[in-house]
Amino acid sequence: MFAIVESQPLVPNLYRMVVEAPPVAAQVKPGQFVIVQAVEFGERIPLSVADWDAEAGTLTLIFMEVGKTTSALAAKKRGDALPTVVGPLGNPTVIEPFGSVVCVAGCYGIGSILPVARALKAAGNRVTVAIEGRSAYLLYGREALRGHCDTLIEITRDGSRGFKGHIGRLPEILREKGVTADRFIVNGCTFLMRRASQVFEPAGVPVIVSLNPIMIDGTGMCGVCRLTYDGKMKFACVDGPDFDGRLVDWEEFLKRRKQYVDEELIPVHHTGHTRCY
Amino acid sequence: MSEPTTPPKKMNLNREEMPKQPAVVRRGNFMEVALGYPLETARREASRCIQCKKPLCVAGCPVEIDIPGFIRHIASGDLPQAARVLKSKNCLPAICGRVCPQEEQCEARCVLEKKGAAVAIGRLERFIADWEAAQGTMEMPLIPKSTGKRVAVIGSGPAGITVAGDLIKLGHAVTIYEALHEPGGVLTYGIPEFRLPKAIVKREVDYVRALGVDLVLNFVVGLTRTLDQILDEYDAAFVGTGAGLPWFMDIPGENLNGVYSANEYLTRMNLMRGFLYPRSDTPIKKQTRVAVVGGGNVAMDCARTALRLGAAEVRIVYRRSRQELPARLEEIENAEEEGVIFEYLTLPIRYNGDDDGWILNMEALRMELGEPDASGRRRPVKVEGSEFLLPVDAAVCAIGNSPNPLIPRTSAGFEIGKGGNIVADPATGKTAKDRVWAGGDIVTGAATVILAMGAGRVAARAMHEYLTGEKV
Repeated sequence: MFAIVESQPLVPNLYRMVVEAPPVAAQVKPGQFVIVQAVEFGERIPLSVADWDAEAGTLTLIFMEVGKTTSALAAKKRGDALPTVVGPLGNPTVIEPFGSVVCVAGCYGIGSILPVARALKAAGNRVTVAIEGRSAYLLYGREALRGHCDTLIEITRDGSRGFKGHIGRLPEILREKGVTADRFIVNGCTFLMRRASQVFEPAGVPVIVSLNPIMIDGTGMCGVCRLTYDGKMKFACVDGPDFDGRLVDWEEFLKRRKQYVDEELIPVHHTGHTRCY
Repeated sequence: MSEPTTPPKKMNLNREEMPKQPAVVRRGNFMEVALGYPLETARREASRCIQCKKPLCVAGCPVEIDIPGFIRHIASGDLPQAARVLKSKNCLPAICGRVCPQEEQCEARCVLEKKGAAVAIGRLERFIADWEAAQGTMEMPLIPKSTGKRVAVIGSGPAGITVAGDLIKLGHAVTIYEALHEPGGVLTYGIPEFRLPKAIVKREVDYVRALGVDLVLNFVVGLTRTLDQILDEYDAAFVGTGAGLPWFMDIPGENLNGVYSANEYLTRMNLMRGFLYPRSDTPIKKQTRVAVVGGGNVAMDCARTALRLGAAEVRIVYRRSRQELPARLEEIENAEEEGVIFEYLTLPIRYNGDDDGWILNMEALRMELGEPDASGRRRPVKVEGSEFLLPVDAAVCAIGNSPNPLIPRTSAGFEIGKGGNIVADPATGKTAKDRVWAGGDIVTGAATVILAMGAGRVAARAMHEYLTGEKV
């Protein structure tokens, strides 16, 4: 069992959990993920690693409460334990001295972009981080991010903080600030990553996205995480999770993610309780 | 309590049938299909063995069980001794008795097979294993004094469990590392409950743990630690990581929703207990028309699983004919009895879907058999203009796997074969990498449980010799 050291809501629907997993914490690199189970015999779900402390042997996970498993995770308290935390899975994000890198994050990605930005900065890049949300109260972790980038850009749909609008405005904002990108790295919900891939396409540089499909084993065995990338079949767990978003078949990817939406409602009817947001 | 027995004078060709759940009943549940011999039936069957002086059956067994030996004790009613003889060579008899292809191995060599009535060795093996388990106490072998040597076993499937069991009985300290949250490898995630109850897998794994083997779950060697980091802490390692990435056919539409790899389909059902959903947490779809592509045991497992999930029509789509089906005859017959429809000489060429990305039908071609190919089987040839549409709401691709690349990719020093497999000496299991042995599907590509166990046995011997300088 993997003991939970900390567990608290960050912003509505998003939770932060610190869990003991010393072998994983000793090995993990930016961009990798773990698979967790909330309960014994429970569903296995992939979660990005938002941070880690190799010395303390802990991992920080940030996740959104959407279904049965993430609800069970959200209900966990300090002192509880998870039956499975396995990893680090997937390939680390490629960190090189690219020059100027623009990191874009939303939702749980605001958490997982932090170690990426930190490593890019340490590799000598000029790092711009743009975080995006519906409203100011959904933008968390700004202070931590500020310490690991040259410029922090905030965008809210309602204009309650930073620039008003959505990710589509970012190229214009970057132009105003005189930032050119040699590489984009995008972490967040599928919609954000797809939109970013379209919006940044004209820049002619890689738009690295961290894909978040359905997974079971996470080691290449089941193939449920497959996608069409540059016309070929890839497995997100062993070939990714990072891909150049310009070459991802997003329409197919989104449809595959929605495969079990109907079934995921069954436990709600079955147990008769759900939460209200 | 045992009675003396004399070999029968005249060959008894009346092979005892094993009771099964009736097809109409079993296709509606996930309980085991075959029910096992009652004691009297087992003794009658055992008494058919003519106790050959030079038993050919033993030569047909990859782990060299003293077959006439344990059968003689069943015939005489000394079941504890039968169990002892059996388990001295096979630490997983309840599993082998169920899933070994005996008809190609021990039973194929049985002298009575020439008359078409081989002794039912597999059923007797299962009988003894189940009898012992029912007694509630497992007899534990004596573990010799510790050699002080430490061995890491990567993967807790049939190869890994065999190596671990053999080496701990020789006095070495053994740790098994398993990537998933439950041990057993393919026995747990792959083979369905109705063919191999998970309680039996658990029992066999518990036995190896009771011998003192340390089992670490949720640990992916290659990622959580590299093999080289593991080797810093151990004297030797065995890699039994099994089959890895599922193959697809590279035809259009394979990423449609409703198209599964056999690994995914079976893992959802077996490891994740999808058939209990929503009591379990991993969802499955209720699908009504299912096509399974392929003709091996895995394809049969998928088709029969689909029936049990309530599908109205389940088809096996296979490009050759019944004769060439690689699955065990017993499984083919079970599938036929349960109502699986076999579309022979049929090759899928495309899946078509709806606007939401769900599969609507399989486009396929009819084939005919031409000249024999390199494998000796007649090559299927396309019949021009024979395209047709098969409406389905699920298709399962059960055409095999390539070996798991995680270890070869993260550790230098292996020789890697054409298919991505780790090359190992068949006589010893030794790989090109110092202090590392390997066996099972990671070496051979997808094969059987017993061949993986045989490879484990061979490697354990060679590892013991390396560790102590002594032969087993």
